[in-house]
Amino acid sequence: MNLDQALQTFIVESRELLEDMENALLTIEQAEDPAEMVNAIFRAAHTIKGSSGLFGLDHIVSFTHVVENVLTQVRAGKLSITDRLVSLLLSCCDHIALMVNAVAEGQLTADEETLQRGAPLVQALLAYLGQPPQPQQPQQHPQAQAPVPAPLPDEADKVERIAGDASGADLWHISLRFGPDVLRNGMDPLSFIRYLGTIGEIVDIVTLADALPDATRMDPETCYLGYEIAFRSEADKTTIENVFEFVRDDCQLRILPPKSKIADYVALLQEMPEQSARIGELLVRCGTLTARELETALQVQTAIEPAQPLGEILIEQQAVQPEVVEAALTKQKQVRETHAQESRSVRVDAEKLDQLINLVGELIIAGASASLIARRTQAAELQEAMSKVTSLVEDVRDSALQLRMVKIAATFNRFQRVVYDVSRELGKDIALVVSGEDTELDKTVVEKIGDPLTHLVRNAMDHGIEPAEVRVAQGKPAQGTVKLDAYHDSGSIVIAVSDDGGGLRRDKILAKAIERGLVEPGHNLADEDVYKLIFEPGFSTADQVSNLSGRGVGMDVVKRNITALRGSVGVHSEEGRGTTVTVRLPLTLAIIDGFLVEVGRSVFAIPLDMIEECVAYSAEAGHDYTDLRGEVLPLIRLRTLFEVEGSAVRRENIVVVRHGGQKAGLVVDTLLGEFQTVIKPLGKMFSRVRCISGSTILGSGDVALILDIPALVQEAAGAATNSARALENSAFSD
Amino acid sequence: MTSAQQNAAPVLRVQGELNIYRAAELKEALLARLAPGTALQIDLSGVTELDTAGLQVLMLAKSTARALGGDMNLVAHSPAVVDVLELLNLSAWFGDQVVIPPSPTSFAR
Repeated sequence: MNLDQALQTFIVESRELLEDMENALLTIEQAEDPAEMVNAIFRAAHTIKGSSGLFGLDHIVSFTHVVENVLTQVRAGKLSITDRLVSLLLSCCDHIALMVNAVAEGQLTADEETLQRGAPLVQALLAYLGQPPQPQQPQQHPQAQAPVPAPLPDEADKVERIAGDASGADLWHISLRFGPDVLRNGMDPLSFIRYLGTIGEIVDIVTLADALPDATRMDPETCYLGYEIAFRSEADKTTIENVFEFVRDDCQLRILPPKSKIADYVALLQEMPEQSARIGELLVRCGTLTARELETALQVQTAIEPAQPLGEILIEQQAVQPEVVEAALTKQKQVRETHAQESRSVRVDAEKLDQLINLVGELIIAGASASLIARRTQAAELQEAMSKVTSLVEDVRDSALQLRMVKIAATFNRFQRVVYDVSRELGKDIALVVSGEDTELDKTVVEKIGDPLTHLVRNAMDHGIEPAEVRVAQGKPAQGTVKLDAYHDSGSIVIAVSDDGGGLRRDKILAKAIERGLVEPGHNLADEDVYKLIFEPGFSTADQVSNLSGRGVGMDVVKRNITALRGSVGVHSEEGRGTTVTVRLPLTLAIIDGFLVEVGRSVFAIPLDMIEECVAYSAEAGHDYTDLRGEVLPLIRLRTLFEVEGSAVRRENIVVVRHGGQKAGLVVDTLLGEFQTVIKPLGKMFSRVRCISGSTILGSGDVALILDIPALVQEAAGAATNSARALENSAFSD
Repeated sequence: MTSAQQNAAPVLRVQGELNIYRAAELKEALLARLAPGTALQIDLSGVTELDTAGLQVLMLAKSTARALGGDMNLVAHSPAVVDVLELLNLSAWFGDQVVIPPSPTSFAR
């Protein structure tokens, strides 16, 4: 196994486990079955520790170890889950994540900074364990190892503990022989023993070097050592067995549960005759057996016929230890289950997927080009074949895009933590309600939506939701609610962030906007338009009005980020009831279904899902709007807008586009029809060009520009207000 | 690895990682210096890592030295070495005096 790859797997898995851990921590207080949650948290910590041990990441092991100790106490019911403990464990989660990230960046040992960051957490955890902070003692192995060669600060404590507990055989006995190839396989028996020490206490251990040959025959890469371990732990047999999971095939493992029958110990001694005296010593020393019992045992051993087959002893052993068999069976079942799961999903590098999407994009362009030629040759057979190919290419495109689709649930779940942290920071009691988690969207979109959403959620919590007293006074529940919702709507995904807070104060925003010169006084603005002002750069940063303080801080950044994803933002607010910010995003960033239109000799592509209908050109004489079945439809003349050469053709057309509830009509010369379009981003040089979002290459090799409909609609909306006013005015003047 | 003569007892100073990658090298170096009737000292103060392979070689050297009628002693154990000897309860097996170095300031090595 390639170690680098294994390490990558470790990092990915650890991150997933940390995510699980965080989610469990966040929901534990409301959970119906907290015990199950505690187990989940424990499992996550435990697995991370175990795997880190395998990679020799001692700093992670030692930190996680303390976390796990606290969790063990919780599991045993000795500690209860309190708010404070959850916060502490969340911080620990963060710290582990930091260390894992450092490992991902190639830093395999702890640096000073990490240690310093971890130290207060460890202190806090130790406080829960009822241990005084012990800065002077290395805490890798807080459990005592029996003979202490030199006085340690808390030696007295340790001695007492051993003496106090070592009564009777309440210790597991683990007999361990490592196979010769363990080292060559990249495993170090030491890490397993270290790890064992983390799930319990190694009361005594005997290292057996009897298998070590003489110097000439000794191969430094072969493992010769064996161990006999007296072990105290609350863990069950399976857990102990699982410690050695990775060397399962490479070691001989025998575990005797506490208070096993003397016969079992005898059988154990029998199997290792050459070392029986030393194992016996160990058993006596740990109080597992008394000296007398040992003596009897050894006598029995000599009395037994040497010819007794080993198998018989084993059967005998199994008969008295049904749990061994059971553990083995469970184990096998587990292995089978993981196998089944693994085969169901495959991890693929995101880069490979991107490459596939790129190729599919090229395929679509090439296909379009071929279709065009086929049509020109007017060969029916070729056209038929091409149409088949085209439909297949479409299917391929759809499934390729589907590969990149991920559920938004993971992104939403992250907000549980944000809400948890921020509500504590603000001292408000706020719950997060999530719906539509199963909505899928493109991976690249998911990656980029995180920051703007965080901003919106924080804003809703900070400025949307009122303090508890105010809420109660207004007859609302004291606990505020922030909602995250996602759903699909005409080719885009809509993510709504809503709060049940005080809502936006229309008059205040308007006053502010007038003061800043954003709006002319006396203008009749629609509510939507007023609310949209909060997305203006720098709005409400200075001289804050309490009710909308901060609402605008960074909102322009949010808007810019979302616009960069070809998305748009809308606000809906009701005073006293709450605010909803709606983010509308395209499902994918790579390919769109386009509709081609021609103006003069230029070809433009319009995203098909934004087109409502196409109508023949008609306009109110001298105005830039038309009457569409009684509605005012603002017109945008592409010829004028893009300064296309030549004069208007005789029969122009209007393409009615809609975005975010607003309509506009684009005046074009000719309608060319549907076309699958691969978006090629415009170069840096064109980054300031408005109303164009990208370009695409046509089958003929020509370039077509893709229209940025949201920008155009916005443009038209401005015009619409004017034209509506023009209508009103003309009505008055009549 | 550097060797020096100190009061007639040869000292072998081992530095850096003492793991499977260097186990063979160490084995040769150690065995070459073992001689009947002499007590070889191994200075472990510079050892940053000790794994099973390294440990085995040390154990081999110890038993080989005894078989030859000499001895081998570990001195100046580094924290990494102490950690392993502690974990496996081997200090008594080697029978050397282990001086616990001042503890590191924090909980990880």
